[in-house]
Amino acid sequence: MMKTGTITKISGPLVVASDMKEANMFDVVRVSDKGLIGEIIEMHEDRASIQVYEETSGLKTGEKVFSTGEPLSVELGPGLIGSIFDGIQRPLVEIMKQCGNNLERGVDVPSLNREKLWVFEPCLEAGERVSGGDIIGTIQETGIISHKIMIPPDLSGIIKEISGGTCTVEDIVAIILDEKGVEHGVGVMQKWPVRKGRPYKRKLSPDMPLLTGQRVVDALFPIAKGGVAAIPGPFGSGKTVTQHQLAKWADADIVVYIGCGERGNEMTDVLNEFPELIDPHTGKSLMERTVLIANTSDMPVAAREASIYTGITIAEYFRDMGYNVALMADSTSRWAEALREMSGRLEEMPGEEGYPAYLGSRLAQFYERAGRVISLGKDSREGTLSVIGAVSPAGGDISEPVSQATLRIVKVFWGLDSSLAYKRHFPAINWLTSYSLYAGSLGKWFNENVNSEWTELRTQIMRLLSDEAELDEMVKLVGMDALSASDRLKMEAARSIREDFLHQLAFHEVDTYTSADKQYLMMKLVCSFYKEALEALEKGAEINGIVKLPVREAIGRFKYIPEAETADAFESVYAQLKEQLGVCVKGEDD
Amino acid sequence: MPKEYRTISEVAGPLMLVRGVDNVAYNELGEIELTNGEKRRCRVLEVDGTNVLVQLFEASTGINLSDSKVRFLGHQMELGVSEDMLGRVFDGLGRPVDGGSSIIPEKRMDINGTPMNPAARSYPQEFIQTGVSAIDGLNTLVRGQKLPVFSASGLPHAELAAQIARQAKVKGTDDSFAVVFAAMGITFEESDYFVKSFRETGAIDRTVMFSNLANDPAIERIATPKMAMTAAEYLAFDKGMHVLVIMTDITNYADALREVSAARKEVPGRRGYPGYMYTDLASIYERAGRQNGKNGSITLIPILSMPEDDKTHPIPDLTGYITEGQIILSRDLHRRGITPPIDVLPSLSRLKDKGIGVGKTREDHSNTMNQLFSAYARGKECKELMIILGEAALTDVDRLYADFAVAFEEKYISQGNETDRSIEETLDIGWELLSMLPRSELRRISDEYLDRYYIEKQVE
Repeated sequence: MMKTGTITKISGPLVVASDMKEANMFDVVRVSDKGLIGEIIEMHEDRASIQVYEETSGLKTGEKVFSTGEPLSVELGPGLIGSIFDGIQRPLVEIMKQCGNNLERGVDVPSLNREKLWVFEPCLEAGERVSGGDIIGTIQETGIISHKIMIPPDLSGIIKEISGGTCTVEDIVAIILDEKGVEHGVGVMQKWPVRKGRPYKRKLSPDMPLLTGQRVVDALFPIAKGGVAAIPGPFGSGKTVTQHQLAKWADADIVVYIGCGERGNEMTDVLNEFPELIDPHTGKSLMERTVLIANTSDMPVAAREASIYTGITIAEYFRDMGYNVALMADSTSRWAEALREMSGRLEEMPGEEGYPAYLGSRLAQFYERAGRVISLGKDSREGTLSVIGAVSPAGGDISEPVSQATLRIVKVFWGLDSSLAYKRHFPAINWLTSYSLYAGSLGKWFNENVNSEWTELRTQIMRLLSDEAELDEMVKLVGMDALSASDRLKMEAARSIREDFLHQLAFHEVDTYTSADKQYLMMKLVCSFYKEALEALEKGAEINGIVKLPVREAIGRFKYIPEAETADAFESVYAQLKEQLGVCVKGEDD
Repeated sequence: MPKEYRTISEVAGPLMLVRGVDNVAYNELGEIELTNGEKRRCRVLEVDGTNVLVQLFEASTGINLSDSKVRFLGHQMELGVSEDMLGRVFDGLGRPVDGGSSIIPEKRMDINGTPMNPAARSYPQEFIQTGVSAIDGLNTLVRGQKLPVFSASGLPHAELAAQIARQAKVKGTDDSFAVVFAAMGITFEESDYFVKSFRETGAIDRTVMFSNLANDPAIERIATPKMAMTAAEYLAFDKGMHVLVIMTDITNYADALREVSAARKEVPGRRGYPGYMYTDLASIYERAGRQNGKNGSITLIPILSMPEDDKTHPIPDLTGYITEGQIILSRDLHRRGITPPIDVLPSLSRLKDKGIGVGKTREDHSNTMNQLFSAYARGKECKELMIILGEAALTDVDRLYADFAVAFEEKYISQGNETDRSIEETLDIGWELLSMLPRSELRRISDEYLDRYYIEKQVE
């Protein structure tokens, strides 16, 4: 039943309406005849405080508010992939077709296309017993994604009817008879409230890496499938490029990318670029696995708050099908600011820097929806949801509340560093401050699946980099000449790690993605240089000679060698290294 | 005829409370009539029952609680637009101040605009040649980009902005262009510098000016950037022009925003600026861009002065998070006579990668750009080292880098305010400088381009 109230106060995105006693907390309401969408976030007697997801200019007191009696929900079904939605899941391309290039208010367009026909293939038959989460059939949504149609979590019974063939998202494809003998129609589309995590059977600890093709990430600070990571960094340090790189190359089945309060052109960039990029894992266009949520910084601030939840609910839905899902949120700081703005309008007592006191718990709730789970349903499918959140700390200072609250939760921290960005060292992830708590458990996986030397090489590289930082302090005081030959070699090796291994160009067609196997070879090369050169040094070679060896350029260019040729190239570079160092040692003997 | 209210019950700073009103909309424009017949404008900030909180756009001097009348006009703040605006000067609220007649509007546009659908944006990728090497070569500007200049008091940002406005062109096109200039709280001299500069090049006939000078009321400038963006949207998306919007000084705008926020007793964010300043600035900056199916574009260059040269101050900080890069001016370079004193290392243009390369600038652009950046960064480090340890402590290669850094500043960055360099000239100067370094050091450039452009030194 529609319940109607009357507006008594308007202050920015906050509207207060009276006569709302019947409405529930977090009900979605339609505000005024314009039909603006809002959500009840506070109740005082019969007055409801409503956060409105659209611009409220022009609203007057005395106008009506209609409660829909339902919480803010998203539509889950075929047609999600390849779409771009706003923060409350309205399809932006459809809206553009209806209203032109600018966003009008109160537009009522269904989230999923109602006309599009899909082919439903049942995998169960009438008479079979089903319960929540069981897959009753599939729809081939894109070339690579088979969309599994699942029984809603709270339903169980016996299939009375099930029929395959073409259908729209609104069609009923199966009828379930529950224990009480009531018939329930199951469609290919479900609705789910965004603020409530989708249920699963149980949670497991992550044990597989999410391979991203980014060397500094995979080799030094890996993230697990089902893990959570944060990328804080000042503006200009490459947060968004890093997020885009992860969205492009991570070996997830589904990627949900949330542009939360960020630049419009960045979303356009994704929209233009993704359909043309080929996923190295499937050979198909990247758009065939991507869902985009865009609430750019000029779009209404309240919907920014909702966009994060909309995105993660969609991600959970695909996780329930048994897929590996990666969610990127850029940026959670804008989400926190939206929270702060609403909190201010509600005249709540502020916590640190004006953020509400519940900032930390809200952030934790959001990140905790990630993980590796066994889904509901008979087949005990395993799905993962990894979350990577960008944080935009004011002035790049991560002592601010959003960064700190985030760091308390996440297991992987990729600290972006503006001084690296100035040197155009990208990705500008600082190897001294970043960490990954998965490094130990995932090391085992890398040793077993890539090469048994993986963790050893990683340790060597980390040690060289931290030694370099110490030596660097010394060089600043006393100069390079004062270093011993072995320390100078250490500096050179560390430089080689930085420039030849960690530095990775997002815009270079080969360098943009590196497989784990190639990463191993690269690590092996830079570490071998150090090891072999150290031996040569002990045998009496001159450090100045070693530093100038032509093979070092070959090591530097190794990253540009296409994946198919790496094994041969490795042999040849390695042989050159041996030979040239040999000459170095001999030269001394003569 | 709208209802008149004589129920003003409070005036404090830029805020006013009117009681007993009905049928008033949030964000509606109001008009206050003083006893002497003078009219002032205001806007509804909050409606609470029959009370309305309004924000004045003009000074509150002379408002009388018993005699002054308030009317609400039934629409939001609007700007009447027409092509006749070109060549005219308006005040911060869009009224002509050049002595000319008022504009007969073709239509009236809400100054708040509506957000652009991200799906309808077209990605900016047309290279704009500004003739300034530090921008064209290293921080390339493209049509539809928003690229702020981070300056500070005493630095020549006005000269740089005027130089860009004067020299900017897109190769091989003769599309019609226009300049929208919004002055917020700057001095007459600074504003006059721009006017003169536009006049010298004849650009004045294609310029719309909104002028709120330092002695105009601070709250008048709250609407000024929105006025400017509205005019720009009209010229770009209705009339198909390529519009360059220059705003100076955003810091004054943000201070006015803070004044209103403080008067409302809102919980302040950093340094007393309101928590919604990011959203507010974004709603201005994000109106720049290109749209699918539209010919025109809005390129935005906001200028702001960083208090205490501090880049982490909320105004430059929030701006940097919204805009697509930043051009940073350096006091140190300025002191050493480098003109324009652009500090290229922390400067950045995020959209450069799609705007350069074959068919846009030259095939070697991207490689040389990365190499110049990293070589200059290393050169600067070497110079610092040299200061501490003396020249002898540097290795031969490091000494070359130090020399490179000096030459780079003098030849590449410092070109004066009058020189208009083509992109080829800029790239060639870059190669000349890179050739100071041994070829093996240039790891970020592919062999193909090294073969073609690297200038081998004569072996002695």
